[in-house]
Amino acid sequence: MSSLSGNVWLSGFSTWKARFISLRNISWGRLSVISVPYLWLAVFFFIPFLVVFKISLSESAIAVPPYTDLLDFDMEEAYLNIKLNLGNYLYLWEDSFYFDAYISSIKIAAVSTFFTLLVGFPIAYLIARSDDKYRGILLALVILPFWTSFLLRVYAWVGLLKKQGLVNEVLMSMGIINEPLTMLQTDFAVYIGIVYTYLPFMILPLYSALEKMDISLLEAAEDLGARPIQSFFMVTVPLAMPGIIAGCMLVFIPAVGEYVIPALLGGSDTLMIGRVLWDEFSLNRDWPMASAVATVMLVFLVLPIMLIRNKSGKEEGM
Amino acid sequence: MKRRSLFLNSTAAFGFIFLYAPIISLIIYSFNESKLVTVWGGWSVKWYGELFQNDQIMDAAFLSLKIAFISATLAVVLGTMAGFALSRMGRFRGKLLFSGWVSAPLVMPEVITGLSLLLLFVALENAFGWPAGRGEMTVIIAHTTFCLAYVAVIVQSRLVVLDDTLEEAAMDLGAKPSTLFFLVTLPLISPAIIAGWLLSFTLSLDDLVIASFVSGPGDSTLPMVIFSKVRLGVTPEVNALATLMIAIVAVGVIFAMLYMRKQNKMLAAAQEG
Repeated sequence: MSSLSGNVWLSGFSTWKARFISLRNISWGRLSVISVPYLWLAVFFFIPFLVVFKISLSESAIAVPPYTDLLDFDMEEAYLNIKLNLGNYLYLWEDSFYFDAYISSIKIAAVSTFFTLLVGFPIAYLIARSDDKYRGILLALVILPFWTSFLLRVYAWVGLLKKQGLVNEVLMSMGIINEPLTMLQTDFAVYIGIVYTYLPFMILPLYSALEKMDISLLEAAEDLGARPIQSFFMVTVPLAMPGIIAGCMLVFIPAVGEYVIPALLGGSDTLMIGRVLWDEFSLNRDWPMASAVATVMLVFLVLPIMLIRNKSGKEEGM
Repeated sequence: MKRRSLFLNSTAAFGFIFLYAPIISLIIYSFNESKLVTVWGGWSVKWYGELFQNDQIMDAAFLSLKIAFISATLAVVLGTMAGFALSRMGRFRGKLLFSGWVSAPLVMPEVITGLSLLLLFVALENAFGWPAGRGEMTVIIAHTTFCLAYVAVIVQSRLVVLDDTLEEAAMDLGAKPSTLFFLVTLPLISPAIIAGWLLSFTLSLDDLVIASFVSGPGDSTLPMVIFSKVRLGVTPEVNALATLMIAIVAVGVIFAMLYMRKQNKMLAAAQEG
């Protein structure tokens, strides 16, 4: 860009007209390239949140759509009546059910993220240290499940974990257990489901951090007398930290709001906020309450995550 | 080194088994003769026959493919524009807000995106009479919006690492901005655009939550039909469907990877020479 404007400056007055025309062309193209996606996101991404916020302040009603209007314009008296209803938020605050659901979602997401890291690290490490000729194949093997249907991958575990499922059959035939374990419709199944479906998201950033690592640092640690376990925790882990953070974010964030996994694998007592919002909306048909849950989720869950991500992104240069 | 690699290899092997055992069990049981999924009744392809006879699943599959194709294409156009605006257009008013909007759908829980878009469509219909009812079009709009973000991020990261001397050379030689884009930049970022399209296509094809919010009663997408069947338990027809989808995806991913490897090699060769 700079070389273009430099050339133009040097080439005198005769090109001013040409430059003006080309600038005008650029600015039309420029304007549309910026404004089309900008407007699209404004209408279909940003304004919807304002609508959600607005409806969270209205009351549930038996009508189509099932909520009251905030603005009530009286034509005869010519005054604008604004009714704000904070009842939904008060109810959220008073009923411990919603608070428990938030805490439980965060707990389930955090525990599963930890286990995803435990399972993902050895795989990422192995791929990063393997020969060049195997590396591409191993990476492809990790990525392939990610491209197949998420819903079907969760569904596969229904067949494995149920009472007469494959896992119970195998454990019983090996004589480890005598009668089938109840695994489906428990929190355990939800953990398995999250670790399984989000594993590729953990492995890929870990791999790219471990692959950049200079192996001679490990040799140096060994020469200085570090035992393997010491050099792992004092050299490898700190160097892989950007990958660990990125991977944990990629797993934790979608896991918190997860709906499909608790709905298919969890029990009726598996509390997750995404499921609560869905039930509030579709079973109770309480749109204002669902909107209030969504607003609180946005303020206390999504905004902090975006701020942390932005900050860590700047620090790590991601 | 050797001592450690035994432990490492066995844990990693366990990890790969964990990744593939559920998929392989789905594939094997799709060829099970027995209606009872847990009882092995011998090899059979009868569930594939039943699958193709099932109008509900077939209609939903065609609807989903159509929605995925249109949404992915729209998302690639809009997402490439957004990626360009963020990395090649310098400063403009509201850029920070725009970049926030582009990256936010990536961290937004699906339930919130789905609910907020549904409420928008309802409010718009009340105010302007558009969109009249919900169905195919509202799902396309919703999918385009969240896929756009993925495309923008992929295109932007490609543009950032792209050597811009080629573009400067074209400008110095007098290429118009549109010529520059279609003859120089677009071919250079084509791997990112293809990856973005494929990702959008699979995300759209796979989405259950957002589609359930914004779709109308008559327009069930494939994931919605699968979900309603699966909630009642394991069904052999869904196993057959899953096997077909896995096979198609596997072939597609392998071709895409071969293509990209070739592209990267050509690019590397061009830059060296």
